[in-house]
Amino acid sequence: MAFSTWEAPENAEGFRGCRSPHPAAADYFHSLLSPHETPVGLSAGTFRPSHAEICRAMAYIDPHIHMVSRTTDDYRRMAEAGCVAITEPAFWAGFDRSSPAAFADYFRQLTQVEPRRAAAYGIDHYCWLCINPKEAEDPVFAREVISLVPEFLEAGNVLGIGEIGLNKNSKNELVILEEQIELAKRYGQLILVHTPHLEDKLKGTRLTMDALAAAGIDPGRVLIDHVEEHTVAEVLDRGFWAGMTLYPDSKCTPQRAVDIIECFGNERIWINSAGDWGPSDPLSVPKCHREMHRRGHARSLAEKISLANPIAFLSQSAAFRLPSGVRPPA
Amino acid sequence: MPSTTCPLDARKAVDLYFMEHRAKLLDIAAFLDRLERAQGEGAGDDVRIRALKQAIPLLIDGQGQRVRRVLELFSDHTAEPIPVAHGQGAIGVDPQGSY
Repeated sequence: MAFSTWEAPENAEGFRGCRSPHPAAADYFHSLLSPHETPVGLSAGTFRPSHAEICRAMAYIDPHIHMVSRTTDDYRRMAEAGCVAITEPAFWAGFDRSSPAAFADYFRQLTQVEPRRAAAYGIDHYCWLCINPKEAEDPVFAREVISLVPEFLEAGNVLGIGEIGLNKNSKNELVILEEQIELAKRYGQLILVHTPHLEDKLKGTRLTMDALAAAGIDPGRVLIDHVEEHTVAEVLDRGFWAGMTLYPDSKCTPQRAVDIIECFGNERIWINSAGDWGPSDPLSVPKCHREMHRRGHARSLAEKISLANPIAFLSQSAAFRLPSGVRPPA
Repeated sequence: MPSTTCPLDARKAVDLYFMEHRAKLLDIAAFLDRLERAQGEGAGDDVRIRALKQAIPLLIDGQGQRVRRVLELFSDHTAEPIPVAHGQGAIGVDPQGSY
């Protein structure tokens, strides 16, 4: 179909500037439908078809992906797979940045550049800002970066503070985590938490939840990401939202993520690709939907995990808007 | 833990997943064989390999919740923050664990 090659208009204004492909695409899309058909996930009469809708894929949100590390072709493939919105937390670039100014440039990239790249493919782009825990061992440096965050909070696509958390569970990491929790509290921001890798995850998840509780943060406004089988129960029991990251080698596979949903239910939980510069797959979310389908789960489960739940959590931020054409969750 | 079950019947689950996991099991077997053939000392003493070998019996002990218990076996169970982070990486098992 020709629509896989459409490009943004030259005068596109970036964020929310070019949600739809060429107007003729909408007419063509309608011509494919019989009179009684409504595209799945869309409300009749009001939708402007995004690329994903034209491809008739199930609309979904990837709530954690690092598009600064991905190619434009990934945006195209995600749109074709049904992605209508993404949220991009600030993270470690694979090397330690040499100055706070490098973070200022990164924050501009997250608030100005990536929204334009995403919009070209009909995808809404949001972000989270912070200094990540891997670069938080030097508190003086970290505080300089944190001081840059407030000026970016009004950028229009910033959902909150993230991905903050711990990496090696050190004292300095914890101090900076606590200061960023206070930052979120002061500015009324949502929080997205990175939990440590591998052997450090269990301890780091508990330390982080304790820090959030000590600060009096409403757990319903915090998403604790990268949960696995040994952390998910405690995260949910304490009232937080839980994110499962789908990675080929570490964290969860799509199969294990579906296992966890089967065992722990579908409330306050979502899946994400966390696609970045390492081994990762920006299409892992729709692949997990396929795993659900393969087991015989109803399509509504995938819609709950990847559309209704992200919308419910993210809508707590004034910056978040329902993706064009997606009906509000019941 | 909620008791939601997999909608697949057991026979269908075997049909769907057996070949994939047969291959993964053979990968583990081949990895252990490869370590024995590898040059030099140390693989047997490596904490990661000791932990891996300690995890394998959990898979067939009939106790359930195998993934959680393997992950817990590999985890650092201390509660206090460490004084300083000297590096940024993780190795996959607790370096101080008693494996």
